Amino acid sequence: MNGYLWFVGKRALQLLAVVFFGVSATFFVTHLSPISPVEAALGRMTARSNFAPEAIAAMREALTEMYGVNEPLLSQYVNFWMRLFRGDLGPSLLAFPTPAMDLVMRAMPWTVGLLVLSTIITFIVGNILGGLAGYSQNNKFFKAFGIISMGLQPIPYYIVAFILLIIFGFLWPVLPISGGFAMNVTPGWTWPFISSVLQHAILPSMSLVLVGFGGWFLGMRALVSNVVTEDYVTYAELAGVRRHTIVSGYVMRNALVPQLTALAMTLGGVFSGTVITEQVFNYPGLGSLLIDAVNAGDYSLVLAVSTISVAAVAIAIFVVDLLYPLLDPRVRAE
Amino acid sequence: MSQQSNRDILKVDGLKAYYQMNYFGVEREVRAVDDITMTVRKNEVYGIAGESSSGKTSFIKVLAAAIRPPLRVVAGSATYAFKSGTIDVAHASPEEIEAVRWKHLSYIMQGSMSVLNPVRRIGKTFKDFAQRPLGLSGRAFEERVVHHLSRLKLPPDVLKAYPHELSGGMRQRVTIGLATVCHPEFIIADEPTTALDVVVQKEVLSLIREIQQDMGSSVVFVTHDMSVHANMADRVGIIYAGRLVEEGPTRQMFFAPKHPYTAHLVASLPRIGDTTQRPALEGRPPNLADPPQGCRFHPRCPLAVEKCRTQTPPLEEVAPDQRSACWRWMDVEPLVKPSAPVGVVA
Amino acid sequence: MFAVLRDLIRYNIEFAIGLVLVGIVVVFASLSFFAPVDPSLIYMTIPDQPPSPQFWFGTNSRGQDMFWQLSAAFRNSLVFGITVAVLSRIISITVGLLSGYVGGWVDRVLMFINDIFVAVPIFPVLVLFYFVLRNNLDSLTLALIMACFGWPFDARLIRSVALGLKHREFTRHATFAGMSTRKILLEEHLPYVMPIVFSTFMNNMLWSIGLEVTLAVLGFTNINNPTIGTVLYWANSHSAMVVGVWWWIVIPVILIVMTFLGLFLLAISMNEYIDPRSRLRRMGA
Repeated sequence: MNGYLWFVGKRALQLLAVVFFGVSATFFVTHLSPISPVEAALGRMTARSNFAPEAIAAMREALTEMYGVNEPLLSQYVNFWMRLFRGDLGPSLLAFPTPAMDLVMRAMPWTVGLLVLSTIITFIVGNILGGLAGYSQNNKFFKAFGIISMGLQPIPYYIVAFILLIIFGFLWPVLPISGGFAMNVTPGWTWPFISSVLQHAILPSMSLVLVGFGGWFLGMRALVSNVVTEDYVTYAELAGVRRHTIVSGYVMRNALVPQLTALAMTLGGVFSGTVITEQVFNYPGLGSLLIDAVNAGDYSLVLAVSTISVAAVAIAIFVVDLLYPLLDPRVRAE
Repeated sequence: MSQQSNRDILKVDGLKAYYQMNYFGVEREVRAVDDITMTVRKNEVYGIAGESSSGKTSFIKVLAAAIRPPLRVVAGSATYAFKSGTIDVAHASPEEIEAVRWKHLSYIMQGSMSVLNPVRRIGKTFKDFAQRPLGLSGRAFEERVVHHLSRLKLPPDVLKAYPHELSGGMRQRVTIGLATVCHPEFIIADEPTTALDVVVQKEVLSLIREIQQDMGSSVVFVTHDMSVHANMADRVGIIYAGRLVEEGPTRQMFFAPKHPYTAHLVASLPRIGDTTQRPALEGRPPNLADPPQGCRFHPRCPLAVEKCRTQTPPLEEVAPDQRSACWRWMDVEPLVKPSAPVGVVA
Repeated sequence: MFAVLRDLIRYNIEFAIGLVLVGIVVVFASLSFFAPVDPSLIYMTIPDQPPSPQFWFGTNSRGQDMFWQLSAAFRNSLVFGITVAVLSRIISITVGLLSGYVGGWVDRVLMFINDIFVAVPIFPVLVLFYFVLRNNLDSLTLALIMACFGWPFDARLIRSVALGLKHREFTRHATFAGMSTRKILLEEHLPYVMPIVFSTFMNNMLWSIGLEVTLAVLGFTNINNPTIGTVLYWANSHSAMVVGVWWWIVIPVILIVMTFLGLFLLAISMNEYIDPRSRLRRMGA
């Protein structure tokens, strides 16, 4: 038990370090930028109507105060952390005066849902099929699977998403290719809404699953073909232990331990993938929000999305890491 | 098939098992087991000795019904006479083998460190291995296991433990427990003590012996360590280059060997108070892909004559219950005096 | 070296296919050195011509000959990938060998930093850099930034090999002979990790070219510099699929898939060459 606490402590320290460095980097990269958030905001607000020069000056003053950009960098940095803890990163320009944090929180469930759904599907299906393929190496079906996943695995997220868009958007239009749910249903816990959400999630998650699947399949296949030569597997086979017990409890169970570490390590990459997928399928998640914010020059929003996504990915990795000792009793006891 | 006598539980008849491989179109054949005939009796410990790569591992793979390609049985049979009926494991179907496994025929594998699944609790492993052959459900099964463990001086707590939480000796006792919990009639033990330190080794050996006598099972015990055979075995068989070259009661084998190879193995044992240098055996064991003509031991044999180079000696009875495959068995000098204490583990 | 190459081609179908695919793409990209037109200029030919004997890959809506356009784009992208791979290899070799050989607190600190880099999602970071630098974000800057994020996985791999090498006989000999750490790492250990470096080189190229495509497609790079990604960006912004200029999308996608598949096959077959266990499996032992 002591070993487990030690493990958790070490991981928590790492989590804090990642969040600290990530958020600091985000802050300094944006604050050393030549773009002034005040002028950008002013330009956007005064673009459509005429304001009196006094009004503009007053607005400039108010905005300068709000962004706190006239203070020295260090105190801005401290303020940034304090505001972050309060969950206030200033109003968004894109949807002024909605706070940027509100927009992030609104987009968050979509991205988290998409990520969790596709990661779980990919991880489970890829590992099970990869495990079976590693256990029965001469099976023609699995050999074909290996070749297909080898072909899919290296292709960038964007290309896969784009090919899906062409197939299901133009050649065989059976699935919705844009948005998070249909325009004519009202959000709520109703069947039409839920089914619409699920339908709209099919293509975005399919593109994530298609790219991710190959890596798990190939990784698990390689791991399993090493585990089957272990003495404990040979011994269990000799003892006439049921085949499905051997495959699940002996072979896959042991190969799963390194795969979980791999899962933690790929989450950052999968998040990058969701950004692309969301953009291609116009999905209302963090990725689309980030891209819109960049295109609109929305300073607060870019900062909020980057900060939150760095922190969210770090936390997700932390959670997966915490599962690790549950799979490997040897870590618990150390 | 010849009539199986009542006192025998295993009868091996002219068994040949070869490794047949194919690298990029080049055929290769290794004759790991080449024409072995022997029997194991009920309620006895039969020791098998031989150097590494002598074919003894392949031989017991056949006995344990663990024949996997590229190893193939080419000829002969290995027939067990269990209470439930006879079965030739060299030719039986997987279903027939499944029916006797663990219930009648069990196996203690080499290397206690690696034969237990590291991510499974011991209790779960017991369930996987023994619940089906024992045919007991939940509570009764657990009682049976706990009772069996207490016989091996293991507390019931080990069932909740993971392998890495146990010491080497405890782990070895757990594997013995796994192999014996179903009270099998026949146990194959492959170098069960090789990796253990001497004190634990002694403890484990006496445990195997105890359990064997308790249950009245037969044990085939494989090790290259002759001193272990001196303490464990009722009879010893010596394998050299895929053949059984001599077998007989342990005492006779040690004090009146009738094969020069046995004489050499026995002579190379350390004895208390003896400081003389022992001559090492010249040369190396033959390549089983291309064994020498005639007696396979002749290139290294101090007694070899012309006949040994061309004709293979048959395994023949040379003394009561003792068989040797040597043209010059009468000339083999026992290198050990009957009075000298043998072995280090004694 | 040549014998190894010959064996790989003969016995490893993946390697042979990968070599052919990458070879075709490299030859195609090198043709750009002999291009009759400057690929950055627009409206040089009749726009929207389908593939024909005159324009092998057709022309796009911006009046560019797609053959020369793509040739230049692939050259730029391959050069970009190689730059990132070389730079990040230097970091990962240094970190991996130091961490593995020196051990102790150096190892702990380096691996701690390593784990931080693994956990940072690179895409938002790159977008952030674009947000700040806008069109000043040229290929070289982008390559530098990506190299800073592309080393941690491979550093860990190299470290594990270096850990094994540390306890080998020849390392002890070198230490007793008074060789400096730098000399031991460069002259004794580096040759052992070279195969890993080669195989991860391909994987790293895949990763960086893929990210560049992604960024460019969104318009988050210098869109006037022809690369695989910017070709797709312009195709998208002219709605090539919708107006029926399919060759503007389909041909680049085919070439991209060829490049990625080829690099990937080279990487895994070299991996297999490094790991003798998988080689034995292949021989059926």
